Amino acid sequence: MTFLRLLARNRLALAGLVVMAAVVALALVTPLLPLAPPNVTDTGNRFLPPFSEGAPLGTDHLGRDLLSRLLWGTRLSLAVGFAAALIAAVLGAAIGIVAGYYRGRIDNVVMRGVDMLMAFPYILLALAIVAALGPGLMNALIAVAAVNVPFFARNIRGITVGIANKEFVDAARLSGLSDARIILTEVLPNVVPVIVIAMSTTVGWMILETAGLSFLGLGSQPPVADLGSMLGEARSALITNPHTSVVPGLMILVIVMAINLLGDGVRDALDPRLRSGALSRPMAATRVDRGDRVPPPADPEAVLALEGLETQFHVGKRVFRAVGGVDLSVKPGECLGIIGESGSGKSVTALSVMGLVPSPPGVITAGAARFRGEDLVGMPYGRLREKRGRSVAYIFQDPLATLHPLYRVGDQLVEAIRAHRPIGRAEGRARAVELLRAVRIPNPEDRVSNYPHEMSGGMRQRVGIAMALANDPDVIIADEPTTALDVTVQAQILSLLDDLRRSRGLAIVFITHDFGVVGQLCDRVAVMYAGRIVEEGPTRAILETPRHPYTARLIDCVPELGQGRRRLEAIPGLPPAVDRLPEGCAFAERCRNARPDCRAGDIPLEREGTRAVRCLHPETHPEREAAE
Amino acid sequence: MGRYILGRLVSAVPVLFGITVIVFLIMALIPGDPATAILGAYATPENVAKINRDLGLDAPLVLRYFNWLGNMLTGDFGTSFSLNRPVLDEVLERFGATLILAGSAFVLCAVFGIAAGVVSAANQYGAADKAITFAVLLGISIPSFFLGMMMILGFAVTLRWFPVSGMWPIYGDRDLWALLDHLAMPAVALAVVATGVVARLSRSAMLEVLRQDFIRTARAKGVHERGVIWRHALRAAMVSIIPVLGIQAGFVLSGAVYIEIVFQWPGIGRMLVNAILTRDILLVQGGVVFVAACYVLFNIAVDVAQSLLDPRIRT
Repeated sequence: MTFLRLLARNRLALAGLVVMAAVVALALVTPLLPLAPPNVTDTGNRFLPPFSEGAPLGTDHLGRDLLSRLLWGTRLSLAVGFAAALIAAVLGAAIGIVAGYYRGRIDNVVMRGVDMLMAFPYILLALAIVAALGPGLMNALIAVAAVNVPFFARNIRGITVGIANKEFVDAARLSGLSDARIILTEVLPNVVPVIVIAMSTTVGWMILETAGLSFLGLGSQPPVADLGSMLGEARSALITNPHTSVVPGLMILVIVMAINLLGDGVRDALDPRLRSGALSRPMAATRVDRGDRVPPPADPEAVLALEGLETQFHVGKRVFRAVGGVDLSVKPGECLGIIGESGSGKSVTALSVMGLVPSPPGVITAGAARFRGEDLVGMPYGRLREKRGRSVAYIFQDPLATLHPLYRVGDQLVEAIRAHRPIGRAEGRARAVELLRAVRIPNPEDRVSNYPHEMSGGMRQRVGIAMALANDPDVIIADEPTTALDVTVQAQILSLLDDLRRSRGLAIVFITHDFGVVGQLCDRVAVMYAGRIVEEGPTRAILETPRHPYTARLIDCVPELGQGRRRLEAIPGLPPAVDRLPEGCAFAERCRNARPDCRAGDIPLEREGTRAVRCLHPETHPEREAAE
Repeated sequence: MGRYILGRLVSAVPVLFGITVIVFLIMALIPGDPATAILGAYATPENVAKINRDLGLDAPLVLRYFNWLGNMLTGDFGTSFSLNRPVLDEVLERFGATLILAGSAFVLCAVFGIAAGVVSAANQYGAADKAITFAVLLGISIPSFFLGMMMILGFAVTLRWFPVSGMWPIYGDRDLWALLDHLAMPAVALAVVATGVVARLSRSAMLEVLRQDFIRTARAKGVHERGVIWRHALRAAMVSIIPVLGIQAGFVLSGAVYIEIVFQWPGIGRMLVNAILTRDILLVQGGVVFVAACYVLFNIAVDVAQSLLDPRIRT
């Protein structure tokens, strides 16, 4: 039923359905209509123009009523097209099911044959079949059906192979059902929808193809005419009496177009990816819609400062508040960690800085991201592009997916440089080698001409880092750069980043879900939960005396070597969905300290010295605080 | 690379062999008697038997097949009885004309189809995207022969921009300009459907690619949006566009038959239709096998192009 609803929501498909229904209805009632006989010639009234008396669409070269011939021709064309589709579907499905169900030698022989047939340009094959059978509508129908059988056979075989390996088929086999029984009761019902889709997308072609064969004089023979042969006969009078050509031609166009619209609608309704609008392309920069709510600049020391940043995802009527007002800053040479579970908004925060949040559906709705005092949010695209990679560079998580698979890594490095300044071939290559050496890739002269798939995960991530360094940026935002890597490689990458930071005075924003990593690298850390910062401060202080219960629970999740059999505590429950955030503290549901006032209203991020926490009932650490 | 091409060529041998078998079987097993067709009113039993003997049609099927295949391999495709000239000569001459027509249509459909798909994807749901999507729908729904007829009516008869039909002017020089003048309309008419298919696929391939992480990387390093679309995204999308180009090549090659009829282009499609109507079996067989073989070879070229584009295939 959702299928029908989706189909109905697609207005174009609906239009196609209505037109098609009208044409089919017209074709069905044609014999009942008070029409002139379609095949009776009346040479006295040749080539009457449209809107003539007694002939609304005029007459053809033999004086036959065009309206009557059009309707009878449509009836014939539709019948032949649908019949061909049905024959092709039934034969193709039968072949496909047998090949896919029995596999083995039958499958091999059949599929070789199918491949062979598909090696033909198919109109040619249809011509060859008609050549053998002789011209005639029935033969054209057979030819069109025959050339489409391989298409169905291949599709259905693929589906059947999948089904034949399912448990319910095994169960049926074990219970002693015969193969024929299993095919009919278990396999066929699952294949039918696929057959219907394949038919809905090919029936338009088949109508076109049979019309084509008739047009060539190889299909329906005079005096009976389908739409194709009407057009073929009218061709000789094209210049003198174009209406005889236009009438059947337009009819074919309308029918095929309606079928195509309907077929697209059917396919879209059945393709789940299109339902949520997931197939929309991200724009060059994230959409910004923050009105005049631009906060005043703060923290002049910071190289990068986020102020009240809010980023949302607008999907249909739902609003996901991925980032709900984040303030952060990082100074030159400093490493700031942002930590949180997946879905906490840490990556979206990072991507918002340079407008890299995919949009649609992403929108930056408030706040600012200032690089050396200049607001990056809402900056014109041209200027933002110049800043990307040069002022703030990114290192992303999965280096296999984030490098272009079809360009050599050296070329990708050179491109990063070339995006910001012209550089010659030789110089570019030299610089690429230099960059690879800087990230400690062995044999950089050889590696520079590797493709990403020829490198290991660790090497690829080094390339990712080299690319981020290409233009000597002031800030590097590393979005879980070590998550996809082995532990040993992870340690190497972390120490590399730390060295680079010290030697180049880079500011690093390091996003992770792993407190272990934060402890190794970051000076300060911000903990995010449900799109907001819940705690922030110097790394050591936070690790030792976490104030926010969430931070404390997160730290408890980290296994420590040599700590014996300490119980690793998972946090019960799940983070709230960011389109239905609760009133007050978002963590209250999962918090062991939660009291009624936690859910009463918005809780501010209270700052105290170098630390800040968003909690009414923070954790206390009497023993450690006494020691301090 | 050389080994890859060689491997693909070797794997084409059974396909080519299969094509000859299929063509031969279609022509041989299905009723229809060339001797009767040749003789027409003179089809007395004695004459039919004599013709069958002359054409070797009285031999066993397998023998006839290998005779035919062996002769073809030596370049002897037989003699067309309706034209009274060697099949191969006729096929080669006609195929040249078809190649010019289908080749230009193929270039048109590749260039404009890909460009339209890219522009469409880059402006998803924008005015350009909607216009292109509608044009594509129209393009893939219109029968090429009807489009050709309407083009003749509009651009040749009414506007007089192009000649109505034919490949060369009846009087005047047979130079490149004259050819292009005659080629323009049929090539466009033939290309329209294929362009629509290519545009449609290019659009969805581009949309698929534009969501990938490496596109975000390109943007993050400051590549201009033009470079992101045309260099990064299109290059990756070509991997799924090229196979469709291969299919469309087969489509324009065989779909040329309609256009050749409409525009009276002296190509192989028109030759085949005439051969079918006169039941000139050898000519049909030779023509079909020749075109199908060319298509198979072209598909190998497509695979090679694909492997040049995607280093992951080669290794």
